[in-house]
Amino acid sequence: METEKGTWTVKTGLAQMLKGGVIMDVVTPDQAKIAEEAGACAVMALERVPSDIRADGGVARMSDPSMIEAIINAVSIPVMAKCRIGHFVEAQVLESLGVDYLDESEVLTPADEANHIWKHDFKVPFVCGCRNLGEALRRIGEGAAMIRTKGEAGTGNIVEAVRHMRSVMSSMRKLQSMTQDELMAEAKRLNAPFELVQEVYKTGKLPVVNFAAGGIATPADAALLMQLGAEGNFVGSGIFKSSNPEVMAKAIVQATTHFNDPEIIANVSRDLGKAMPGLEIKAIPETELMATRGW
Amino acid sequence: MKRIGVLALQGAFIEHIKILQQLGAKAVPVRLPQELEGLDGLIIPGGESTTIGKLMQKYKLSPVIQRLIAEGLPVLGTCAGMILLANQVAGLDGYSLKVMDIGVKRNAFGRQVDSFETDIRMPILGDSPFHAIFIRAPWIENMGNDVEILAQLQDGTPVVAQEGNIIVAAFHPELTSDTRIHEYFLSLIEGREKCKK
Repeated sequence: METEKGTWTVKTGLAQMLKGGVIMDVVTPDQAKIAEEAGACAVMALERVPSDIRADGGVARMSDPSMIEAIINAVSIPVMAKCRIGHFVEAQVLESLGVDYLDESEVLTPADEANHIWKHDFKVPFVCGCRNLGEALRRIGEGAAMIRTKGEAGTGNIVEAVRHMRSVMSSMRKLQSMTQDELMAEAKRLNAPFELVQEVYKTGKLPVVNFAAGGIATPADAALLMQLGAEGNFVGSGIFKSSNPEVMAKAIVQATTHFNDPEIIANVSRDLGKAMPGLEIKAIPETELMATRGW
Repeated sequence: MKRIGVLALQGAFIEHIKILQQLGAKAVPVRLPQELEGLDGLIIPGGESTTIGKLMQKYKLSPVIQRLIAEGLPVLGTCAGMILLANQVAGLDGYSLKVMDIGVKRNAFGRQVDSFETDIRMPILGDSPFHAIFIRAPWIENMGNDVEILAQLQDGTPVVAQEGNIIVAAFHPELTSDTRIHEYFLSLIEGREKCKK
């Protein structure tokens, strides 16, 4: 048989290998090394963490290629990077740099309000955010090889990630209790591709790995999302906006592994210093919410 | 029923557990040292080798695993598992268990865009090829005399090897429905138990 690269199996397969791990946002090669040393299973290379993007306002775009390359050269673990929703040229550029996973992310300012990227055209795999099962299956239909909750990035507030994870998991449980002749109507209600609805009905799980993201700021937050059904965690501002990033990073890694062990979570939660400052979601003007970007 | 531990610190451990259950073994996720006691075999799965290696040390699993392997416990390592069992790993020296006489290079085939799938021949499993999935995979750069190569790529790169009770694969048998590598691993355990008797 021919050797094949960029197949669906190798794209979804890398996400399988990230499971049970923590993917950390980093903005410099030094931060990337701290993340690797703390046990991150991958890093997300970007110019500003979401809380700074939120504070700065304006248009947030793909990061400078030199900065991403410097992070790729600094660590041996997989490196992810973000492109704007619908901005397939940013995606092409990031793929050419050798980035291991692309995040078509609502944290950056969308480039297309109608269409997401057709991700099957790429050899590099994509992860996309979702708020519910329909959104997850639409992204998978376009070729996302990994899914994460959107949460509300840069807030240090877990409430939206919990809402999104619960919504995805409970919709899947509901699907499982249906009969075959009810699936088309459910697909219509979810606005999701019928074949994927049927697959979830049969298997009881998403066809790709599902992580939590958006607002994780403590080890207990990380374990909470794992117990709700996440297969791993993205931590954005929560690490390098805390008062002691090295210690916080290690603690969140351990809480993600031992998410069912309250004694260990208690132990790693001691003397962490200050978590990142949090934001009440209701205090954010609706136009500045990130989770509502994309559909 | 045989009890096989699957190191469950990070990575694709659930896939190994499912295959073991399918083959009629009892699979036990291992996160703490006490969970290593009373096992008939151990699998170190694919995942991120730096993450698994650090957690293995942090939670003091490494010395126990080293002792059990020295006592003859059969162990299977896939991808990150192969890295963690090797005597030498470029760039990861502090974390591997150093129990198998091989030198390994991480991400040897390149980055994710170079990850690939292909069929390999593995005579010990019979004539039909094994569909192998390589994800940011390592390869074996050098090995001692007691290490036997069980499969190679067409260009001769060794990708499955065995030294006594230790089997390693550079790819992910846990991501396919072909259970022959796990069956071969279980047959080693069977053999060890016969020797004991």
